[in-house]
Amino acid sequence: MGEGKTISEKIWDRHLVVQEEGKPDLLYIDLHLVHEVTSPQAFESLRLAGRKVRRPDLTLATVDHNVPTIDRDKPWTDPLSTQQVQTLRQNCEDFGVELFGVEDVRQGIVHIIGPEQGLTQPGMTIVCGDSHTSTHGAMGALAFGIGTSEVEHVLATQTLPQSRPKTMAVEVNGTLHEGVTAKDVILSIIHKIGVSGGVGHVIEYRGDVIRSLPMSGRMTICNMSIEAGARAGLVAPDETTFEYLEGRNFAPKGADWERALDEWRSLVTDDDATFDTTVTLEGGDIEPCVTWGTTPAQSVPVTGRVPDPSEAASPQAQELAERSLKYMDLQPGTAIEDIPLDRVFLGSCTNARIEDLRAAADIVRGHKVAGSVRAMVVPGSGLVKLQAEQEGLDTVFKDAGFEWRDAGCSMCLGMNPDTLAPGERCASTSNRNFEGRQGRGGRTHLVSPQMAAAAAVAGHFVDIRKWEKS
Amino acid sequence: MQKFTRVQSKALPLNRADIDTDQIIPAQYLKRIERTGFGQFAFESWRNDPDFVLNNPAYEGAQVLVTGPNFGCGSSREHAPWALEDLGLRAIIAPSFADIFRNNCAKIGLLTVELDQDACNYLVARAEENPAAEVVVDLEAQTVSTPDGSFVRTFEIDPFVKYMLLEGLDSIALTLLQDDEISAFENSRSSLYPKVTAS
Repeated sequence: MGEGKTISEKIWDRHLVVQEEGKPDLLYIDLHLVHEVTSPQAFESLRLAGRKVRRPDLTLATVDHNVPTIDRDKPWTDPLSTQQVQTLRQNCEDFGVELFGVEDVRQGIVHIIGPEQGLTQPGMTIVCGDSHTSTHGAMGALAFGIGTSEVEHVLATQTLPQSRPKTMAVEVNGTLHEGVTAKDVILSIIHKIGVSGGVGHVIEYRGDVIRSLPMSGRMTICNMSIEAGARAGLVAPDETTFEYLEGRNFAPKGADWERALDEWRSLVTDDDATFDTTVTLEGGDIEPCVTWGTTPAQSVPVTGRVPDPSEAASPQAQELAERSLKYMDLQPGTAIEDIPLDRVFLGSCTNARIEDLRAAADIVRGHKVAGSVRAMVVPGSGLVKLQAEQEGLDTVFKDAGFEWRDAGCSMCLGMNPDTLAPGERCASTSNRNFEGRQGRGGRTHLVSPQMAAAAAVAGHFVDIRKWEKS
Repeated sequence: MQKFTRVQSKALPLNRADIDTDQIIPAQYLKRIERTGFGQFAFESWRNDPDFVLNNPAYEGAQVLVTGPNFGCGSSREHAPWALEDLGLRAIIAPSFADIFRNNCAKIGLLTVELDQDACNYLVARAEENPAAEVVVDLEAQTVSTPDGSFVRTFEIDPFVKYMLLEGLDSIALTLLQDDEISAFENSRSSLYPKVTAS
């Protein structure tokens, strides 16, 4: 055993407020992100106990989960969503928390706006009442999702009692083929280790493939760490990270920037550190992926076929596959490219950054959405939307027949009016294909933005590697 | 938080792997700003099936759920444990749990018990065969057993979680006792970390 430490252990140790035998470690939290859905009960409990928010200056709120993505200036159709958003506004006023409200161009999906604002920085501890908080790990932060009781705990104390996680290295070596994206990498990782393969672990993504990815791709990968059950996922910061951060709103400036760089450069896993678990993938083996079932691990290459449950590895996997196929209304042996689609959703904290929209627009440009498909683009933040419009991407999408919406979580989880109707089949750039996730009875296939864009045009899945751009 | 010491009740068998929190409580019901009232929406889509176990009146009053591995995966929504608690459940037995879900349960006094797959299979089969058959979950002794003593299994639990559950303690109040340590940490913390607003 080496004496060295992994990056997640280094961040952990630097945030230890109290460490006592027989108790979970008490960790200091550098940034607490808050949204409308998992916070109201936490603020209410604070109020009842007469407690304050300890560090409003380390807390940022926005509205994303249930906001409409259209006609926001008109009265909202859902009184409960309206109430929840108003409750957050009131709570932020009462407790002195900064809010990027629905009228603010900086509003957006909480995991998009943290990095976008430069609030997410290497070496930080970041929490949010949302399981996709792992996204922020792309910047070399230790970031994890928490429940409402823990939200309340962080609001009141700026700390969180946590048991020390195990460490897992996921190495993706080599290079990716043209048309293969970060989304395909993470879907392949989850396929390999399973939806509970990461339970109890913090994953560090390593290897040449990860190093060569831009920050947007690293965020896509870290985002879905939770879909493998991991407590968090991160990537050690490097020049790509620093280049992304420099000049952003909350990034250190001037002499502070140089000091910060010195600090951040120490955030690497030591050569003699050991991981509890190591998993290796070859980048060249990864193909564009499509999920066929109701867990993110149930995916195949786009050139593949819907698998036969009778060939599953265990009776339990077989039962799960049978249940999934029944729900998805798919027959074993069907070619993935023959699956017709009703809807396409381009959005979510997984794939709604400007780079995702550019990549999808590149596919769509000069084409039309298939007559049988309703397709929608929901940018990850107001600023992503603005940037896309400045680049003319909105025109590309609208000319092709996509709906161009305002920022929010939207159809990733169907809390707002953007939902699938029962039986509708959707190619989605989001992160979960659970039963009913995008609307009761809706059927979700997870894919990359490029694959979703091509599927919208073709009306069925197509191998993006054969796509001819016009 | 509600204390947990010992529960003796019928067991609700739900033998599926990877039950995610979207099944336990669908997102459209997360708009309430209260902690209560979520039970009526628990497992909503599965309840459309008349044969679904929650539709069987024979299991009414069950305080123990026996289920499959990786229970509670997916979203961090604490509404899932709230919904299960609202159904009257006090303990969940499974081969494994998702991390955030397990944490959330511990915070509200809902006990998660890990038993191996064979033991879970036995308890599921027993409950399916005889819905009235009771199980005993004893946190002090760290055992799951049948009242006749024919089946006894011990389980592991984090000693601190056990202590918190047995005493029904408020985690925030405990942490606030360490206010000096938190302040000391803050005073030594790097000024380079970003602030959302000027403090």
